[in-house]
Amino acid sequence: MTPEPQTVDLADTSVRDLNAALHALSPDTNMTAWRVLNPGGRHALAAGLLAPVTVEIMGHAGYYCAGMNQMATVVVHGNAGTGVAENMMSGRVEVRGDASQSAGASAHGGLLLIGGNAGARCGISLKGADIVVKGSVGHMSAFMAQAGTLVVLGDAGDSFGDSIYEAHLYVRGHVANLGTDCVEKPMRDANRAELFAKLAAAGLAGEVDVGAFRRYGSSRLLYQFHVDHAAAY
Amino acid sequence: MDTTPRTLPRFSATFDPATLAEIRRAAATGIYDIRGGGAKRKLPNFDDLLFLGASISRYPLEGYRERCETSVVLGARFAKEPIALKIPITIAGMSFGSLSAQAKEALGRGATLAGTSTTTGDGGMTDEERGHSRTLVYQYLPSRYGMNPDDLRRADAIEIVVGQGAKPGGGGMLLGQKISPRVAEMRTLPEGIDQRSACRHPDWTGPDDLEIKIAELREITDWRKPIYVKVGASRPYYDTALAVKSGADVVVIDGMQGGTAATQDVFIEHVGIPTLAAIRPAVAALQELGMHRKVQLIVSGGIRSGADVAKALALGADAVSIGTAALVALGDNDPRHEAEYQALGTTAGAYDDWHEGRDPAGITTQDPALAARLDPVLAGRRLANYLAVLTLEAQAIARACGKSHLHNLEPEDLVALTIEAAAMAQVPLAGTSWIPGKGGV
Ligand SMILES: Cc1cc2nc3c(=O)[nH]c(=O)nc-3n(C[C@H](O)[C@H](O)[C@H](O)COP(=O)(O)O)c2cc1C
Repeated sequence: MTPEPQTVDLADTSVRDLNAALHALSPDTNMTAWRVLNPGGRHALAAGLLAPVTVEIMGHAGYYCAGMNQMATVVVHGNAGTGVAENMMSGRVEVRGDASQSAGASAHGGLLLIGGNAGARCGISLKGADIVVKGSVGHMSAFMAQAGTLVVLGDAGDSFGDSIYEAHLYVRGHVANLGTDCVEKPMRDANRAELFAKLAAAGLAGEVDVGAFRRYGSSRLLYQFHVDHAAAY
Repeated sequence: MDTTPRTLPRFSATFDPATLAEIRRAAATGIYDIRGGGAKRKLPNFDDLLFLGASISRYPLEGYRERCETSVVLGARFAKEPIALKIPITIAGMSFGSLSAQAKEALGRGATLAGTSTTTGDGGMTDEERGHSRTLVYQYLPSRYGMNPDDLRRADAIEIVVGQGAKPGGGGMLLGQKISPRVAEMRTLPEGIDQRSACRHPDWTGPDDLEIKIAELREITDWRKPIYVKVGASRPYYDTALAVKSGADVVVIDGMQGGTAATQDVFIEHVGIPTLAAIRPAVAALQELGMHRKVQLIVSGGIRSGADVAKALALGADAVSIGTAALVALGDNDPRHEAEYQALGTTAGAYDDWHEGRDPAGITTQDPALAARLDPVLAGRRLANYLAVLTLEAQAIARACGKSHLHNLEPEDLVALTIEAAAMAQVPLAGTSWIPGKGGV
């Protein structure tokens, strides 16, 4: 039986009170379902959660929604502003609409699923989380991405994967151009399996053909300073 | 024998031997010089200021009897749990990675003995430093290496790093020799690569975003922790005003003498402004906003002695922060390692190839054998002694100026020895009432 959700209406409650209530939950709380009404694009909604609860935000969220998330599931029934799920450690964040720039920036773990498009710098400095974008991503996405995966069902903008380290990038559509030190790599069985697993986790198993994707990653030429590579920048 | 008088061989002041050597080095290697430390060139600095001391119109405090308070509270503007320090001298952020775990532990021990705080750096928080630091400031850097909410919650304050005095506009550097397995894991990087950290935060740019970012960090930590904003000295008036407007509890201004673990020499020597020039504009911004002493100002970059501490406070800072001097107190560049410095092609006091990780003193290294040379307990004791001396020296000066708290020192207690220093510190040239740009005779 799904528990009756705790409802917080931001028309008459502050973001501070909402977050304080969510932070007060212990990992074994039975108040696992929350619904936030009238979010009105406010910032830092459900930021810093650290319990396995589900928070449904019934509208648009501002900057840093679900920032530094641990364990929680946060669903935005609308668009999300800059830095949604930034530095997420674990859990799951879903944006049903579009996400602004720096979605999933520096995230270490968990899954960020974006139903629409993501703006510039999606997955910048990524450190281990998985990001699945059903639409397209803007320029400089996966900039300096260190670990984790970025899966894009649509297209990728300019300078994709610039200065990338060890993150895995999969794009089904067109990549405008690759950034410095980012190259296309062959799709091997292990890659197909990884991609399938990420898509499955995002609830897209069977809906999308793994064979339609191309893989990108680091050429590792710039891992060491070398005078002959100075012109790469 | 030819006795005709001859001209002596003469070096050019422009193309001096150091310049020539650098041209040859550049031609041979094709790569700029990378080094640690701060600006080595001569700059207008605190030595160019003097205290006036007491006279008929000002009376002093008894040097050994009357109290001169040194405590400071940081972060009371918005944080529920501001930091209270016994002395207004903190240990600056220096990364685990650039420094060994033992050195980080020693900094924590020394700071704790002295009743002050220490700071993490561009590489995350280690258990060693958290465990040995009563008050630990956690840096929030562009790279976000090792950043996580658990460490955020176990920190005592958060320092958002916009820039460093040694390299305003530049990111960190840690070369392959120092990316040991532990450092690599903490930073989520492959071992042994030449790491060049981001110089821009990945999810905010500009003061309007910074305000929202600060609010997010406050939300995540339930408004408990003080939030500092650290900037390299370049536009201190505007940066201070913007940090205050963005909601900072504390502003940290780091002058161009400030040390770094590794950066291009050209960056260290040619970008940013001296510490001396940065304080008055920052204080002016605070005063104009009615925030002086409400938002605390911490100044760093080239602080060496209690006189420097007293001068920075007299110009309006609430506290100072030290990096290089703290490392020297631990044992960096100690002449007892001279033979090893010679073997590295340098000499004690000039060793700055900290990025190579071969530090004979075991401080700026990740080599287990070298790092084991530093005893964190003894080194921590040395740092505590040094901090005690800085405090005693600053108190001696403050008492001579009749002040019962270091914070009662004021610009009126100071004069300048040079016109440059008079202009930058906005205090009169000694023996005159003339402040360049402000009139007087
Ligand atoms: C070895 C070393 C490592 C440093 N690492 C950092 C860092 O990680 N983050 C940072 O903000 N500043 C870093 N700094 C700069 C210091 O925080 C501080 O601004 C500077 O050392 C102050 O100047 P001083 O060295 O003249 O005292 C580092 C400095 C040194 C010497």
